[in-house]
Amino acid sequence: MKQGLHPLVMIALVALAALFGRVLPTWTLSLATVAASNALIALGIVILARTGNVSFGQGLFYAAGGYGVALIANAWGITDAVAQMLIGALCGGLLGLAIGPLIARYSGIFFGMLTLALSMVLYGALVKTTALGGSDGFNVGRPSLFGMVFTDPREADFMLYAVSVVTTGLAGIAATILFRSELGLASLAVRENNLRVEYLGLSSNRIITINLVIAAVFAGASGALALMAQRHIDPQFAYWTTSGEFVFVAVLAGYQSVAAVFVASLALELVRSFSNLYLPNTWQLVLGVFLLGVILFLPRGIGSLWIRRRNRIGPAAAAPAAIQKEAAQ
Amino acid sequence: MNFFLTIVLDGLIQASWLFIVALGLTLVFGVLKILNIAHGSFYALGAYVAATAVTTVAAHNLPPSLGFAAMLVCVALIASAVGLLLERGLLKMFYGRDEVVLLLVTYAVFLILEDGTKLIWGVNPIYATQPYELFGNVEFAGLYYVGYDLVLIPVSATIGFLVWFGLNRTVTGKIVLAVIHNEEMSVSMGVRVKRVYAFAFAFGVLLAGLAGALTAPKISMQPGLSSDVIILSFAIVVIGGLGSVEGAAVGAILVGLARAAAVHLMPQAELFIIYLIMAAVLMFRPEGLFKRETARRI
Repeated sequence: MKQGLHPLVMIALVALAALFGRVLPTWTLSLATVAASNALIALGIVILARTGNVSFGQGLFYAAGGYGVALIANAWGITDAVAQMLIGALCGGLLGLAIGPLIARYSGIFFGMLTLALSMVLYGALVKTTALGGSDGFNVGRPSLFGMVFTDPREADFMLYAVSVVTTGLAGIAATILFRSELGLASLAVRENNLRVEYLGLSSNRIITINLVIAAVFAGASGALALMAQRHIDPQFAYWTTSGEFVFVAVLAGYQSVAAVFVASLALELVRSFSNLYLPNTWQLVLGVFLLGVILFLPRGIGSLWIRRRNRIGPAAAAPAAIQKEAAQ
Repeated sequence: MNFFLTIVLDGLIQASWLFIVALGLTLVFGVLKILNIAHGSFYALGAYVAATAVTTVAAHNLPPSLGFAAMLVCVALIASAVGLLLERGLLKMFYGRDEVVLLLVTYAVFLILEDGTKLIWGVNPIYATQPYELFGNVEFAGLYYVGYDLVLIPVSATIGFLVWFGLNRTVTGKIVLAVIHNEEMSVSMGVRVKRVYAFAFAFGVLLAGLAGALTAPKISMQPGLSSDVIILSFAIVVIGGLGSVEGAAVGAILVGLARAAAVHLMPQAELFIIYLIMAAVLMFRPEGLFKRETARRI
């Protein structure tokens, strides 16, 4: 997103994108729904990555949102898509609040490992909980919207698409505002050097925690959207390879641009469906090569393709990395 | 008493192969500062290569002891070659970048190898059970054990001792320790750090492959093997402290015992007890049990 784009313009763009679903063929519709919901969780990872910490266990909040919604929906009969999404966001956010302060003390590899460990704790617990279907998981009913029940699958798909795109779009707008805010800029400072941020009188733990909770809210909502799209949930939501795919989207996108996250997520889903179609069992191979290519040739993500000129910080950004490497030894 | 002994022995058997995998992971981290997500894939690669070697030997009606030897030799050759190729061909392009970037590079390698093994060996389970009967059954304090499992314990202890001895009591080992301690100083002292990197990475891959080969007769090889093993070995090295050989040993024993205890006492906790220990260690001693905190420059 460019600096000058007004939030109202962005809202109009989101609405346009949602209405665009009317003319999309059915297979693209479900693909775009998945892409939008994955973009939402990847956006959370990008937000967190701006503090220099990559979460390899975002599946924790994703599964928390998914399971939370599934359980509440089945127990109280809540089928409303927006309500489910909000419940998911709430579940993710609450979990984020609970563990955020604990893991905000760690940085770099340790942060990644700890988030991964926590998501695997949840995975292990879910697999062994027979009340929740164990490793098979369980099904939930078809979602409705504001009291409307969709019997036509085409209409139901469009409804889900619209909810996902609008949710992710609004989250994206919130993220652009966040990136320009004081907190967003302080996050970048934490990424460069957390100790110096502390000397300036800001608490880097606090900054990381807030970013983590935002990421957890997004992940929870994304889990709810994924649940609605699949109408089934299983412990795979919390497995580390699931989180890895979201990290992939975030890396592909880079941390400079919100729009890049959507493009990256859509690109990933397109590659996935095509490689499933034409080259079975090579999907991860394609993904891996793709990832290496991005790291090698586009180290700042695909976002750098269109905002490279604005931030001339290439050499400047390399210097702190070198200092950190020295410091690590 | 017998029950307790069962847990301890089962735990040690688990710990023995886990230690070999974790040792490779911790060495690679110590020398290259790379947390290698693809390490589990090298384990799986070793297991698959071993399976092929064993079944080929068995198909020619040769004795299983020859199969056992063949699988070790094949895996050692292939794993070192793969390690050298990857380090020289790929990883060296990313040195000097952020640790997290290297983490992602190894994640990409993990993804590629995951499908690579699927393409070569297919998605159906593969077995290589012939060497498993090689050492017969052993009765131990009223319990029956497969000899092969018990043999793994001294094998693993020997490997651990050799690595410790090699690192601490030989000139090559001292050079590696110097690189671990301070890379820049080693360069200025005339150490060929690039060569140490290549050697250390290949050795790490070799250890993972060997562990895969040694466990191949015990398990069924199928997709998903690597992602399970890497998570276990992560837990071990994090518990013991990244880059520490003693830590890897203690971590492996802890994880092995915890797993065995959970299987016997509380089966529903089997999967998450390890990550719980790992999370607890990270909470209270983020550097692991066996590593001193290091000062950092501001």
